[in-house]
Formats: sequence, structure tokens, C-alpha cells
Amino acid sequence: MITALNVLDTSHIYKSYATHTALKDISISIPQQTIFGLLGPNGAGKTTLIRIINQIIVPDSGEVFVNGEPLAPRHIGVIGYLPEERGLYKKMKVGEQLLYLSRLKGLNKSDAVSRIKNWFERLEISGWSEKRVEDLSKGMQQKVQFIATVVHDPDLIILDEPFSGFDPINANLIKSEIMQLRDQGKTIIFSTHRMESVEEICSHIALINKSEKVLDGSKKEIKNRFRSNTYEIIHQGNLNGLSMNYEVLQQSGLEDDHLYTVVKIAEGLTPNQLLYELIQHVEIHSFQEKIPSINDIFIAEVQKK
Amino acid sequence: MSKVGLIILREYITRVRKKSFIVMTILGPLIFGGIVIVPVWLASRENTGQKVIAVVDDSGIFGDSFQNQGDDNIIYEYVREPLEDVKTEVPNGYRYGLLHIPTIDLDNPQGITFYSEGSPSLNTIGEIRGKLQSIIKDMKLSRSSISKNTLAQLETKVNINTINLSKDGTEQKGSSSVSSAVGYVSAFLIYGFIFLYGAQVMRGVIEEKSNRIVEIIISSVKPFQLMMGKIIGVASVGLTQFLLWVLLTFTVASLAFSIFQPDLTAGQTGAFAQPMPETDIAQAAAVSQVQEAIDTINVPFILACFLFYFLGGYLLYGALFAAIGSAADTDTDTQQFMLPIAGPLIFSIVTLASVLNDPDGPMAFWLSIIPFTSPVTMMMRIPFGVPVWQLALSVVLLVGGFIFTTWVASRIYRIGILSHGTKINYKTLGKWLFHSH
Repeated sequence: MITALNVLDTSHIYKSYATHTALKDISISIPQQTIFGLLGPNGAGKTTLIRIINQIIVPDSGEVFVNGEPLAPRHIGVIGYLPEERGLYKKMKVGEQLLYLSRLKGLNKSDAVSRIKNWFERLEISGWSEKRVEDLSKGMQQKVQFIATVVHDPDLIILDEPFSGFDPINANLIKSEIMQLRDQGKTIIFSTHRMESVEEICSHIALINKSEKVLDGSKKEIKNRFRSNTYEIIHQGNLNGLSMNYEVLQQSGLEDDHLYTVVKIAEGLTPNQLLYELIQHVEIHSFQEKIPSINDIFIAEVQKK
Repeated sequence: MSKVGLIILREYITRVRKKSFIVMTILGPLIFGGIVIVPVWLASRENTGQKVIAVVDDSGIFGDSFQNQGDDNIIYEYVREPLEDVKTEVPNGYRYGLLHIPTIDLDNPQGITFYSEGSPSLNTIGEIRGKLQSIIKDMKLSRSSISKNTLAQLETKVNINTINLSKDGTEQKGSSSVSSAVGYVSAFLIYGFIFLYGAQVMRGVIEEKSNRIVEIIISSVKPFQLMMGKIIGVASVGLTQFLLWVLLTFTVASLAFSIFQPDLTAGQTGAFAQPMPETDIAQAAAVSQVQEAIDTINVPFILACFLFYFLGGYLLYGALFAAIGSAADTDTDTQQFMLPIAGPLIFSIVTLASVLNDPDGPMAFWLSIIPFTSPVTMMMRIPFGVPVWQLALSVVLLVGGFIFTTWVASRIYRIGILSHGTKINYKTLGKWLFHSH
């Protein structure tokens, strides 16, 4: 489905290399102003897809649309890309390097200079301009790399494994910058195999495994789809004599005589009915629905195949 | 500015700013000067190493024949002492060695022996032998009643002027020695430039690949643009260096000339006062001949050809160097691919001597037509004059050649720069070459 609301659509993308298929029938849609998680294990084909979007390689078949238009060289300036394999010219000065990279993206010199200055202030690294990259620490280089990705004010920012190699402080800084950019109307694609980093910030995801899309959609909708009518209960007293409608999946003891029990209820029953049943047997300290994490969903989906 | 323009500018500026570029630019003319001056200087110093050699002449027939001239390397001293005494004295004394001449037959001299502490050099032995031979020759001449003067009159020095005829009837004076020198120098310069700057392209590509910046760059420009930007940028650095060398050499030469000129004119006025020694006259004649020959060289034409063959050869090989760089992860990975690339270049240098022997022969012809060897071989031939159609053919093929290698290189490059850690061999390269994008 291609709508003007989507920043990016890919339609039935196929890509094969000499020895293996990298992408098989990949169609995804990325709505505007979202943080989109492109998830999958190493070697699933995420980087190949990203390279196709960046026009580094060409798909064997299928099409890519940016803001509803077929992908074309002029879109280079609309996209900001932080590759997984990233680096900088070691001997070049920070300022010169950013100027060079932003001009390659199509900025003119004066615009580039003022934007670089703004970003230096925003990330509190003013005064680095004359430093050579080789004299910077790794964390400092990562900030420069991030500026290089966003300096031309792209509408779509693609970050491939952005937190690999980032120290926690920088990772948090980048996370908050990403949120800010999203609030300013930008769309961010986030490619990673580390699901936990995605859980909190992504609103939409697509799962890719072995070159194929496993599932995609909004995080909320996917999680709903994977609800399994199971509930986590912390309680005191033994939970015996539940009716056939309730199945105890797991039980373990906690400190202070508390017990942790996972209960699955039969189709058509509500949590209130379970609560009513429980109150008759035990004292309840906590009760919540067990919602699968993206990681659980991912593992379940991958193992299903 | 276009994106390729930006890339060219970056490649150019980062290289020209490097200390090594500045150092080489200044040192280059000095090294060239050194290559010319040092041998001359060394040769002029040899006089100081004069060797004293004792001569024990038992035959008595040599009499006073061993005459010493001031600037000879060997000074002969007659010693009228028994052989054994002198032999024991040589290792301890100032003398380098001892020449013993027993009683001999002039027609079949046997038993002449040279004693010295260390082994004498071939040069020393040759010099002594030459001296003996010329003395014996003189003796035989006088025995046959031919005077030295008569013999000197028989010897005639012959110079052959070479004049190149062309179809339109003009005559051009040529000098094969000057042509050879010009050919050699330009051929070697082209060879050196191709290797030097080709390797820079290769290292630049490897640097971008191992720095992992290449993927950031090619999300903004096409791999082909990046490759061409680098090749052209490095070529501009090479041209800049060459032009600076020419300028610097010219400046240094004219400076040196203005400093040494007073000496020169003083020497000339002195020459009027006393008759010039024969050798000086010969030298002056030689100098004027060389000058005349240099005047016959068509400098603008040769310079234009040099620039064309430098650029053409560099573009042809530069693209291949870029392809190799893209396939390698480190410098050491490149070695297996270097030989097939360096091979034709080295071959064209090795065959220079035979091209020189026969500048119009079949070998010279074919090597100066084939694009992989033509930059070096053709530069060797041009000072001798090359038929226009051969030059045109060679130019067209070289242009075609670098378009072809650039095409090949770009196909390998676009895949190579994104491949990390894969073991690359010729089969992989072939796959990349024919893999449709």
C-alpha cells in the first residue's frame, strides 16, 4: 500500500548475490514521523535492504518509493545514513570533514558551515573543528559521525546498528537526539539485532529473518496480535482447585512466602473472571497481563519456521 | 561545484598539503641534479688516490720509458735494488705495489709480475698493462722506423652528422645521443610517475575501505564518481609536482649558471693569453655540438607528448590500481595482483635498450602501439622521430585502452569497496566483473 503518508515504501524487493539470496519479496511501509525498527538476526538481509534504499546497490526486482515517488538520485539529500561499518578520514580535520561530507550531500558551503556550527553547539563539542579525527576518542568520533548523518537535515534518517560501539552515555545522547528529531517531524529507521534497544523507542517494526519478512506493523498492534491470554500473578497462599478454564503454566516461589504464577485463561473469558476465581483461593499482591516482548515474539516467529 | 569536483579537490588538497609532497617537490630537482653531478664529481676526485708503484726492471730494455704525468693515477718509480729487498719493503712502505720485469723477449713478453699487499683492482692492472703495451708498441714502432708523429698523423677523428629527411623536403639535424638521453629520461619519468601515483590511488582506496568511510561516501555519490574523482585528483597532484620540478630545476639551473658564469668568462679570456690545451679545445667542441643537438630537439612537441603519455598511461594503470585497492583489505593483499599489472610496465623498461638499438624495428613498433607498454616505449622513440600514422594509432589505442581499463576497474571497484574479509582471487574478480548490478 503506497500512500502519501508513508515516507518510504518498498514493494516486492528481490536481491540475490552470486552464492545466496539476500532479500526475498520484501514489502514494507514506513509512516511519517515514526521510529521504525528494522529487526532481524545477523545476516538476515537488513543491511542489503538499507543499501538498496541508499541507492548503493540496485535490487534485482521490486521498487522503492520515497514520499510516494520512485527512488531517484535526487533523494540522496533526503536521506541520512549511518552505516554499520562506519568511519572517518583519520587525517582530516573535523570541520573540513563534515563540510566535505555535507557538500557531497548537496548542501552549499555557507549552509553547511552554519548547520555544522549549530550541531557543534547542540552536542556541546564546539571547538573541535580544527582537531584531526585521529586525535579524537572513539566516543568523540561517534558524535562527529552522527552529525555527518543528520547535518543535511534529511527527512529520513537510517541508522544501521547505531548503538554498536557507542558507549552508554553517547547511546543515551543519541537516543534523545533521535526522539527530538522524530518530534520535529523526521522519520527514523533503526536497524538492529538487539531487540531490547528497540522496545522502548520504536513505534513500528518489521522483522526480517533469512531474507524474508516475518511480520511488520505498529508495535502495539503486533503485541496485541501476540497476546496469549496469560496473566502474571503474585500472591500468598497455595493456588489449588482452579476450574478447568484456567491453566497454570508456571509457578515459582518468591521471598516472604509470596508466589509467582503464570495462568492462561481459556478463549472467551475475561481477566475479571480470573480475578474473581483467584480471590476465593489466595491473597493477591499483583496482577497483570503477560505481554510478550519483541524479543519473545521474534524468537517465537523464527522458531515457527 | 559538482560532486566529482568536490572529490577531486579533497584528494588534491589533502595530498598537496602533506609534508612528503613538499619535501619531494624540493628534493626532486636536487636528486636529479645529484644523479648528474655526483658521478662527475666522483670522477674528478679520483686523482687524489694516486698510487706509487716501484718498477724493478731486470731486462733493462725499458730504460726511462715509464714517464709520469701529473694527473695519472699511477706514479712509477724505478728502483735499482734487488727484487727481494723491495718485496719485503712494499707492505711496510708508502708504495702500493711492485712491478717486476724479468729479462723478456719483446715479441713474447713472459713473466712480468705485479706484487702488492692487497689485491689490485682490475682498473689498476688494466692501466699497468696498457702502459706496458704502449711502451712495447712504441719500441716496436721505432724498431720498424716508424715515428710516433707519423702514426699520430694516420689517426683521424671522424664525426658523423645525422640529418633527418622528411617527405616535405625539410632537413633536420639530429643527434642520436641527445635523442637517446631525452628518450631515456622521459621514458623513466613516465614509468616512475605511473608507479608512484598509481600506488597512491591504490593506497587511497584501501584507506577509505579500511577506514570504513567508503559506505558513507557512496551513499552520496556513485562508486564510479568516487573512483574517478580519486584518480583525477591524484593525477593533478602528479602534474603539479612535475610542473614544480620543471620550474624549480629551471630556476636552480639558471641561478647556478649566473653564479658560475664569471668563472667561465675568466677562463675564456685566459685562454686567449696562452694556447688552449688540446683537450680543452676538444671539450669545447663537444659542448657546442651538444648544444647544437639540443637545439634540434622539438621541446614543445616532446613536452606535449610527454604530458599525453603520462596522463594516458597513468589513467590506464591508475584505474587498475584502484580496482586492486578496492579488492584488498590491506596493502599486503594487493601483492598477488601487482605482478600482472606491473609486468607490462617493467617489460617496457627492460626492453628500452633494444628499442634504442632499433627505434624503428618491429619490437619498438609493437611495444609503442600496445597501450600497456606504449607510454614508456613511445616516449623512447619520439625523440628519434616517429611516423605520424604510428603516433596517431598509438594515441587512439591508448585512449581506448584507458577507457577499457576504467570500465573494467569500475565494475570491480563498485563491489570490491563493500566487501570486507572475503578472500579475493582472480575467480572472484571475474565474477564481479561480469556480475550485473
